[in-house]
Amino acid sequence: MSYHWNFASVFDNWWALAIGVVGTLKLFVVCLVIGMSVGLIVGLGRRSSRRPVRWLSTAFVEFFRNTPVLVQILWFYYALPILVPIEVSPFLAAILGISLNSAAYSAEIFRGGIQSIEPGQWEAARALGMTWLQCMRRIILPQSIRRVIPSLTNRGVEIFKMSTLASVVAYVELLQQGKLIASLNFNPLEVYTVIAAIFLIILYPIVRVTYAVERRLARSD
Amino acid sequence: MSSPILQLNGLAKSFGGIEVFRNIDLEVNAGDRIAILGASGSGKSTLLRCVNVLETPNSGEIAVDGKTVGSKQRSGALKYTERELCTLRQKVGMVFQQFNLFPHMTVANNVAEGLKVVKGIASDKARGRAVSELQRVGLAEKADEFPSRLSGGQKQRVAIARALAMDPEILLFDEPTSALDPALVGEVLSVIEQLANEGRTMLLVTHEIGFAYHMATRIVFLAEGGIYETGTPDDVLKNPKRPLTQQFLADHQRFHF
Ligand SMILES: Nc1ncnc2c1ncn2[C@@H]1O[C@H](COP(=O)(O)OP(=O)(O)OP(=O)(O)O)[C@@H](O)[C@H]1O
Ligand SMILES: [Mg+2]
Repeated sequence: MSYHWNFASVFDNWWALAIGVVGTLKLFVVCLVIGMSVGLIVGLGRRSSRRPVRWLSTAFVEFFRNTPVLVQILWFYYALPILVPIEVSPFLAAILGISLNSAAYSAEIFRGGIQSIEPGQWEAARALGMTWLQCMRRIILPQSIRRVIPSLTNRGVEIFKMSTLASVVAYVELLQQGKLIASLNFNPLEVYTVIAAIFLIILYPIVRVTYAVERRLARSD
Repeated sequence: MSSPILQLNGLAKSFGGIEVFRNIDLEVNAGDRIAILGASGSGKSTLLRCVNVLETPNSGEIAVDGKTVGSKQRSGALKYTERELCTLRQKVGMVFQQFNLFPHMTVANNVAEGLKVVKGIASDKARGRAVSELQRVGLAEKADEFPSRLSGGQKQRVAIARALAMDPEILLFDEPTSALDPALVGEVLSVIEQLANEGRTMLLVTHEIGFAYHMATRIVFLAEGGIYETGTPDDVLKNPKRPLTQQFLADHQRFHF
């Protein structure tokens, strides 16, 4: 089979792709920040001394871990506005679906990291007169986060790739733009190849940087 | 006479219904150096950890500078607010068997951390204090190393400097040399001895009976869930009156030469 590649039909639409990249990056950054922050809070909640807090955090984690992100995005987009009178844009639906799902996973990562710190660290910090919050912020979290950076990196990469799911509600990101270009120019092979390449080109350097950070942090231990 | 620095009244602790000790009364005056001895599992660590409420006593009172810490609940047990605990722990420093240095901080930052975070002292001033505390334990030149680069004896000396930096009224030592190579025990004991000579008040759990004899002003021997025998080092260690104390000392001196 000799296929005649025609990338020109893709690059003619570079502007549409650029808009897609911006949409993807926007979604990624927002979901990364929300996912990690909510994840940290929920992860702390799972170790709370208060039973209701623990119960709620666990329910959150189990709910969002065990339902597909795609379904969540669709639910937030089509179902949520029926329940509460708010307008849900494709962007908001995607943010909710992806962030909350990542929060559930990163909560488990943070919880594992915190649990892995020796009780002696808590005791030493408490014995100095630190409050729970001071212990957490100064002693426990810095050490936990170092330990879980590899897992958090994976989470970040996962979030980046999950952004493509937002195309299901026609949010303007890379895949959505690709679909559009492909349907107008009948060139799916070229379009999806280019899109895969763009993901690789953006993600790989980011991953390399986090590896370098990991190595630097490892040196102080 | 001024009130004792620390007073334990009827302190009791059990874990899941299993009683470790009950009815512990202890009075610690300024300058007292009390060595707590006892067989493994007799509750020495638990007693020490109750003093700064790393373990919450089931009943009984802790009074520091004549003031009872915590407030009575209806059940009779005391309840401690976070604030009360932080105040108490600033007055009562602790040194652990396993050092428990903060591995993500340099030696100087380990010592300065409590000053900065708990006492709210500015960074540069806290560092100055930290370095001078390190000087006292002979480790000023290690200020910018990470703890992982230190020997066990050096780690424990940093841990002592960290506790000292908070300027506590009492120091608690829980077997400070038990995790060390025999060759490194001496340097840590010397630092503790130096603190003793400065008149520091301390409670020391140790298996180094010779050290306890020379350095303590009073010996407390724990057995059968309470203070089994107490007195001066000469009384308790040279002329023990009760059988378990005698047995304990005999066991410890079996291979004496
Ligand atoms: N957190 C805990 N939970 C349950 N039981 C505990 C706990 N801490 C201590 N114990 C029990 O309490 C008793 C006293 O322990 P403790 O560590 O105070 O003894 P110790 O005199 O310090 O012994 P050692 O010389 O071995 O250090 C032991 O039977 C121990 O198993
Ligand atoms: Mg012990």
